[in-house]
Amino acid sequence: MDHLAAVNGSLSAIGYGLAAIGPGIGVGIIFASYIQSTARQPESAGLTRTYMFLGFAVVEALALLGIAFGFVFK
Amino acid sequence: MSGLVLAETPFPPSVEDIFPPHLFGVEWLTKFSLFLWLAVALVLIYFLVSYRDPKIVPTKKQWLAESIYGFVREGVAKDVIGHEGLRFAPYLASLFVFILVGNIFSIIPFIQVSPMAHIAFPAGLAICTYVLYLFQGIKKHGFAGYIKHAVYLPAPWYMQFLLIPIEFLQAFILQPVTLALRLFANMFAGHMLLLVFTLGGFALLNAESFFLKPISLVSWAMTIGLTFFELLIAALQAYVFTLLTANYLAGVLADEH
Repeated sequence: MDHLAAVNGSLSAIGYGLAAIGPGIGVGIIFASYIQSTARQPESAGLTRTYMFLGFAVVEALALLGIAFGFVFK
Repeated sequence: MSGLVLAETPFPPSVEDIFPPHLFGVEWLTKFSLFLWLAVALVLIYFLVSYRDPKIVPTKKQWLAESIYGFVREGVAKDVIGHEGLRFAPYLASLFVFILVGNIFSIIPFIQVSPMAHIAFPAGLAICTYVLYLFQGIKKHGFAGYIKHAVYLPAPWYMQFLLIPIEFLQAFILQPVTLALRLFANMFAGHMLLLVFTLGGFALLNAESFFLKPISLVSWAMTIGLTFFELLIAALQAYVFTLLTANYLAGVLADEH
């Protein structure tokens, strides 16, 4: 036996976990920035909300591509 | 004890578990298509009934219908596209309401699955948006003009080798694909998440160790919590789909950069 360690089950679960790190940080930064900008300038909340959701949707797409590819490249 | 029967729950669930059998032996009629028609009927009938006899002082029904339409018209069409966007407000509003009703089906007891958790339906909606913004772009800029508008950015010429393929991919492939995939993956993943915690509860209940059995209650409590989280996701994804459709239309209708 020259294996040091072995993994049972689906490797795509691990792959998806890795793929979700980046978008997780990204979505966190987007909401943090929105909270910060709203705290600094409360009147701008309505103005920037649309951009927050746009940014959130674009970043989230990366994590969702991860879900889809986990099933596609089986 | 029912635990012995429950031991046969499929765990972990796989993709096949969310595809139900054909209803009444008809090949095209599945749970998904049935509830898709139900969503269409609900939206149509609700808006027809609440607008049948409009009052100056609105009734409750009329108020709700008007505020949903007003929210999309003012908050999405006008804010994102501008004054020109008002002619897309009916499309955006029906998109929003239809996706919202479809998504909320994922947490209604005995329905429990959103039609949007099947890639065919988000893909159909994304194709509608794709055709709409291609058509609007070609109408506004002309065919060659639209292609140039979509792929060309003012930048030094040596950057164009990099920018043109990226912009082309973005405008003609990635935008519609991610639009469909985002809605589908959210609804599908949400459904799987509820399934994992529900079936995980049964798996714990059937565990060998006596001390693992009560933990199934924690798992089911998580299911209830996540159901409310799903409601949030359902509303958010309906909004995001509408917002992105409006954003793509705004990009197409913008004047030369």
